[in-house]
Amino acid sequence: MSATAHATGHTPGDGHPEDGSKRDFLKMVTAASAFIGVGALAWPLIDSMNPSSDVLALSSVDFELAPVALGSAVTVVWRGKPVFVRHRTAEEIKGAEDVSLNQLIDPATDASRVKSGHDQWLVVIGICTHLGCVPLGNKPTDPRGEWGGWFCPCHGSQYDTSGRVRHGPAPLNLAVPPYGFVSDSKIKIG
Amino acid sequence: MVGLHTSDIKNPVINWIDTRLPIFTMMQKEYGVFPTPKNFNYFWNFGALAMVNLMIMIVTGIFLAMNYNASTAGAFDSVERIMRDVNYGWLLRYVHANGASMFFIVVYIHMFRSLYYGSYKKPRELLWMIGVAILLLMMATAFMGYVLPWGQMSYWGATVITNLFSAIPLVGDSIVTLLWGGFSVDNPTLNRFFSLHYLLPFVIIGVVFLHIVALHVTGSNNPLGIDVKSSQDTLPFHPYYTVKDLFGMCIYLLVFASLVFFAPNYLGHADNYIPANPLVTPTHIVPEWYFLPFYAILRSVPSKLGGVILMFSSIAILFVLPWLDTSPVRSARFRPIYRWMMVAFVVDCVLLGEVGGRPPEGIWVVVGQLSTLYYFLHFLVLVPVVGKMEHPLPLPESISRPVLPSGGGPLPAGYAAKPMEKV
Repeated sequence: MSATAHATGHTPGDGHPEDGSKRDFLKMVTAASAFIGVGALAWPLIDSMNPSSDVLALSSVDFELAPVALGSAVTVVWRGKPVFVRHRTAEEIKGAEDVSLNQLIDPATDASRVKSGHDQWLVVIGICTHLGCVPLGNKPTDPRGEWGGWFCPCHGSQYDTSGRVRHGPAPLNLAVPPYGFVSDSKIKIG
Repeated sequence: MVGLHTSDIKNPVINWIDTRLPIFTMMQKEYGVFPTPKNFNYFWNFGALAMVNLMIMIVTGIFLAMNYNASTAGAFDSVERIMRDVNYGWLLRYVHANGASMFFIVVYIHMFRSLYYGSYKKPRELLWMIGVAILLLMMATAFMGYVLPWGQMSYWGATVITNLFSAIPLVGDSIVTLLWGGFSVDNPTLNRFFSLHYLLPFVIIGVVFLHIVALHVTGSNNPLGIDVKSSQDTLPFHPYYTVKDLFGMCIYLLVFASLVFFAPNYLGHADNYIPANPLVTPTHIVPEWYFLPFYAILRSVPSKLGGVILMFSSIAILFVLPWLDTSPVRSARFRPIYRWMMVAFVVDCVLLGEVGGRPPEGIWVVVGQLSTLYYFLHFLVLVPVVGKMEHPLPLPESISRPVLPSGGGPLPAGYAAKPMEKV
């Protein structure tokens, strides 16, 4: 390699000025094929991070309502998340229905958050809409906040007996998961 | 701008970066205009292919590790879950498993290329030795990766290979206990193998970097095995060899894809789909195909320590090959005896692989012993002696000038080197 010199002057297309556009076309076709190829290869890798079949197979749970006493609430696990199922007293239902919508941070009627004919049952995802903590209020000893629903210990958000946010910083009401009544005493979440 | 690199790049943003960290200038120098011998044949594709293969292994491995459970209770099931439930998990695993085989095919061809064309000789001895180190790292990585699915072959492969170290006098048993983290291959062994299997590929990247740096200092060898004399002998790496490497890569990917999609288990063993059982050894236990020649060498002597020493020597001998070869001529093209020795050596390696895959019975014991003998005979006797005795053919004056000016048809105008350019 003692006499190695830098190769210069080997510009592609030297002496063939007429093939410039053909070369550009070939370059673009090559680049486009490579781009599509890499995209096709990347997709299986990315998709492998999505929920797998065995995770999707766990996407619904049945829950028996009978053991939940009037006035109490329980936590059900659905897709790894806590779901609050609350057996509301007549008083709590009335309180939730009577609030005028303009007092709410995220206006929604109580009727829109329960299944008609089953308005003693409130089913919400027990994750604060602020930053994802689980609010307190299911255990008898828990604080339920000023509006008698749930109180988030992380940043002090408060929810009412319809699971609607009444005091920030949470921006939205507790979400209602997709669910339905299999019978009067049994629900299927998911 | 004192102390800063002066960049030639026009784009102001890239120029700003390149002035402070000249990676663009470096890439242009090492992969753009890098002067590369103009007479490469397709055997010179395999270094780039090995690099591509390493990347494929790392990328698929990272995504597999997201779904793998490194415990004796969960490993086998998690691999089956990857195959059945994880989106495209079957593809990731088959690409990774067959990628290991493809990696060894590519690297073995790359090494035979070096042996045939004398790429390990001065001044590329260290380049070659770094390459042998990469081979050792690859072997360790492949072995530990094969243990992870925790099937019968995984378990017994791990048991047999770790027990090799028990052949060491005095401290052997203590070393094996240390490797296992217990008194048999078990959960601690699996955990550390997973940790190391994830680590070593990144070590390989580091050593590959050194391999490439060394290559770009000495420059590539070429099929004639003679030094580059002037710029007439070289081409810029881009576009000439980027395109040639891309073409080779397409062929390589076709072979790879055929394996993955049509014969994904062809190179594997059915026994590895049986969960590991520490109480029952499979009736016929063999390593993966790429270890078979070494396995044959291990079994060729009826002595525990002797077999282990021979097997490790068969690789260690490659480190000293640059000093065993006494011939000043690199390319086997000009070495009438050595080129047939190379053919015989390749046949010998294939034969060793064949023996390694068969039960050690009858004629195969003798064949294994003879081919092991020939393996060492090649490096220790034939290479040094033939290098001294052989009369090499006349070497061409330069890469640009053919050996026999009268040979071949009429020569195209301007074929010969122009007067040397001073650069």
